Amino acid sequence: MKHWAIWLPLALFGVLFAVFATGLIAPADRTIASQMIGKPLPQFDLPQAVPDRPALARTNFTDGKPKLLNVFASWCVPCIAEAPYLQQLADAGVEINGVAIRDRSPDVQQFLARNGNPYARIGADDVSKIQFDLGSSGVPETFVIDGQGMIRYQHIGDIRPEHVPMILQKLKEAQ
Amino acid sequence: MIRGLILMVLAMLAAPLAAQDSLPPAPYAYKQLDDPAQEKTAQDLMMTLRCLTCQSQSIADSDAPMAGDMRHQVRTRIAEGEDPEAIRAWLIERYGDWVSYQPQVTAMTWPLFAAPIVLLLFAALIARKRFGRARATGDKS
Repeated sequence: MKHWAIWLPLALFGVLFAVFATGLIAPADRTIASQMIGKPLPQFDLPQAVPDRPALARTNFTDGKPKLLNVFASWCVPCIAEAPYLQQLADAGVEINGVAIRDRSPDVQQFLARNGNPYARIGADDVSKIQFDLGSSGVPETFVIDGQGMIRYQHIGDIRPEHVPMILQKLKEAQ
Repeated sequence: MIRGLILMVLAMLAAPLAAQDSLPPAPYAYKQLDDPAQEKTAQDLMMTLRCLTCQSQSIADSDAPMAGDMRHQVRTRIAEGEDPEAIRAWLIERYGDWVSYQPQVTAMTWPLFAAPIVLLLFAALIARKRFGRARATGDKS
């Protein structure tokens, strides 16, 4: 055995230690970005989720005006947190269309009564089909759709105050 | 002690606060297809699709509501006669290669497939050198 070889196990340990330490200190990003950005919104036609808002279909996204498509649910806690900022966006004149994922109509109505209703239309999706169509992997997620029905931007997670100007900017870019 | 036990039992009975949806699972989330051959095809595919919520599990293994909804998609599409690889492609188009547990040979992944062959060739080379030399010296003595 060569003299330097006795250091090999220690060196190996050092390398492993460094690998594990970096994994612990800076865990890899596990969010799943949609591959549908820049592609047209797939065909969908969802039933009405609540009586006082119309149902939602793909044709509602092709009138020339950029809009937001927000997937949410009454059982989703971060959706409560983002409600005021969606309202801010709605107040700024943005048309927000919502899809309630795996939800019951009375639950959605209660959720909207408690947290505000920034939506122009709300569709109900009981089997998360729209999420697979959009490449979305959770709630809440918000998509910027341009006037021709193209998906332009995906925001994963709840919208916080610092995201509002950025989303307004993305909507302007989609014009 | 008794109080601790009571607290433990209460904690076990309490409903989780951040509850998930109250809707029953999608029709084909837990129900097998009637045709055993189709169910087998669906099952084989579901074993190789990654759950979006529990990222280390396949959708066949996961009880996450979204995995149930994905199984529903897979089973209904298989029942409609869709090719399993077409369903995989449909998901890869939306979520990237990441969603499939069956790696494809691409510009980025080819070293994974090439590495074992290269290593085997390398080993064969070394072995030939060693044994070849041993026989050569053996002949001389």
